[in-house]
Amino acid sequence: MTRPKRLVATVAHRAAILCYVVFALFPLFWLLKVSVTPNDLLYSEGVRLWPSRTVFDHFDFVLRHSDFPLFFRNSMIVSLSTAFIVTILASLGGYAMSRFTFRGKFWIVGLMLLTQMFPLVMLIAPIFKILSPLGLTNSLSGLILVYVAFNVPFATFLMQSFFDGIPKDLEEAAMIDGATRFMAFRQIILPLTLPGMAATLGFVFTAAWSELLFALMLISGVDASTFPVGLLSFVSKFSVDFGQMMAAGVLALIPACLFFFFIQRYLVQGLTAGAVKG
Amino acid sequence: MASIDITDVRKAYGAVKILHGVDLTIQDGEFVVLVGPSGCGKSTLLRMIAGLEDISAGEIKIGGKRVNELDPKDRDIAMVFQSYALYPHMTVAGNMSYSLRLRKTAKEKIAKAISGAAEKLSLTPLMERRPKALSGGQRQRVAMGRAIVRKPKAFLFDEPLSNLDARLREHMRGEIKKLHQDLGATSIYVTHDQIEAMTLADRIVAMNAGIVQQVGSPLDLYDRPANLFVAGFMGSPAMNMFEGVYRVANGGSVELAQGIVVPLAGPASTADGTKVTLGIRPEHVVVGKDLAGGLAAEIDLVEPTGFGTILHSRAFGRDVKAFSLERGLAERGDTVSVSFPVERIHLFDTASGSRIG
Ligand SMILES: Nc1ncnc2c1ncn2[C@@H]1O[C@H](COP(=O)(O)OP(=O)(O)O)[C@@H](O)[C@H]1O
Ligand SMILES: [Mg+2]
Repeated sequence: MTRPKRLVATVAHRAAILCYVVFALFPLFWLLKVSVTPNDLLYSEGVRLWPSRTVFDHFDFVLRHSDFPLFFRNSMIVSLSTAFIVTILASLGGYAMSRFTFRGKFWIVGLMLLTQMFPLVMLIAPIFKILSPLGLTNSLSGLILVYVAFNVPFATFLMQSFFDGIPKDLEEAAMIDGATRFMAFRQIILPLTLPGMAATLGFVFTAAWSELLFALMLISGVDASTFPVGLLSFVSKFSVDFGQMMAAGVLALIPACLFFFFIQRYLVQGLTAGAVKG
Repeated sequence: MASIDITDVRKAYGAVKILHGVDLTIQDGEFVVLVGPSGCGKSTLLRMIAGLEDISAGEIKIGGKRVNELDPKDRDIAMVFQSYALYPHMTVAGNMSYSLRLRKTAKEKIAKAISGAAEKLSLTPLMERRPKALSGGQRQRVAMGRAIVRKPKAFLFDEPLSNLDARLREHMRGEIKKLHQDLGATSIYVTHDQIEAMTLADRIVAMNAGIVQQVGSPLDLYDRPANLFVAGFMGSPAMNMFEGVYRVANGGSVELAQGIVVPLAGPASTADGTKVTLGIRPEHVVVGKDLAGGLAAEIDLVEPTGFGTILHSRAFGRDVKAFSLERGLAERGDTVSVSFPVERIHLFDTASGSRIG
């Protein structure tokens, strides 16, 4: 290509990326904007990009006068537990799927795929029926159990693909060097799969953090509500308190952002693993 | 160090048979090369010795002790992989010391062992690097270093040089041979490269399709190949092979295409009229003008290698290759005379492939 042509191509490329980023981030920006807009300006100023006056009243209310801190704590407990339990189970399962042939493997994989095929709505009633006599409705443990069950299959496939990307030679070399298979797994394979585990952890955490359907159906009391359910409490019969709802939304973004900030180093490696050999 | 005894070892994946009964004894300190085309089961046999594959039938002994049921870690062998299999998250020193750390060797002893190995392999300035920051040849040396730091009963090599460029491969080949002369360790080396096999081995084991074809010294295999497979596999350019019929008349001869008769050194142990294959290595084919008993041949390709010249010619309706150290022997389109010295002729039974003279 000639120089000017290449320049045009570069500019077009960057412009396309910019368009995408603006499109993807605009709702977040709007969330932030509404959360700092005073109630009296919310409708009067209409679609201005930034309100003429900003206030933090909504945050103050949400943090001090609502049940939001409780919801937040519940969500943290549920999401972190789910993410860690699922990642551990999926790592072990994914390793087995990647490295061993065993009787019934075909059927287990088939069954795991099958669980991913049904719309969750269909399963709510039976799950409620199963959990209720066990005393697991209206409890965080019940929610964790359900989230783990629904996230393990996909996470296992995800982890399997990460293990598939690590040559078998490595653990064979370790076993010849004197390690048991489990030691080879722990000392050689796991450190190399950290990016993959971070990706899985992040994926499951976000899924659990923003899950609404089960949280809504399995939990009725305020004590065990997670924050997506809590967000709905800002919608009353007669009005929607947009300012407070958006403030709660902004607060809810913080842990997800922090979480991704801590794992992003591994995440980028994880998402590009396999793209580069060596 | 130890000897390795392999008795009627077989391998099958389900119904697919890969190894059909291998018998082999490797002496203490011997360097044995398993050679054969890709897919013939060399790696499978090596991995069974290492304990990475189950043994379907038969027995493997290391140092006189049956190891069929032992895990790789309990067999006390070291292995160099084709991919090198270096641990990416450990430094060169970490890679080399891993096996010793697993054995809870004392720190000073480890330091001594790895610095000794590093010295031998000129790795000393690279000890703190990660494998990613090493060249192919350096990685290869680290893989060797990892094998030699502990004194294992035997070394196994699975095509350790095939990822290197030609020059480096030649260099490392020499290094491996020197290392073996130094350490005197029992070694089994797998390769599909017959030059590597010839240059490195005390003894070569030629394999094809899961069956051992011949075991012997490199020159044994080269000078007296036991069958058509070995004859065709060893040597480059490859041996000329011509199908014909054995004739008892005149003290033994072979009748080739177009009624050409080639005399043999003596009678062969087979009946008149048997289908046979006559083999002669290109470097043994004599090329000249009007040779006594020579066959007319037309040169259709001349390949100078610098070291010598490969002449491709056409005689009695067959392709005949000749290799000569002389240059300018003939040009494309020339008609020359080729002859097969009787003492250089190999004779095989075509049906069974076995050598008969
Ligand atoms: N796990 C396996 N399952 C089925 N067939 C296999 C397996 N591993 C190797 N084979 C087959 O065994 C044969 C020998 O393989 P290998 O020992 O790797 O050959 P090579 O002589 O090239 O090292 C090949 O045909 C290969 O396809
Ligand atoms: Mg192989």
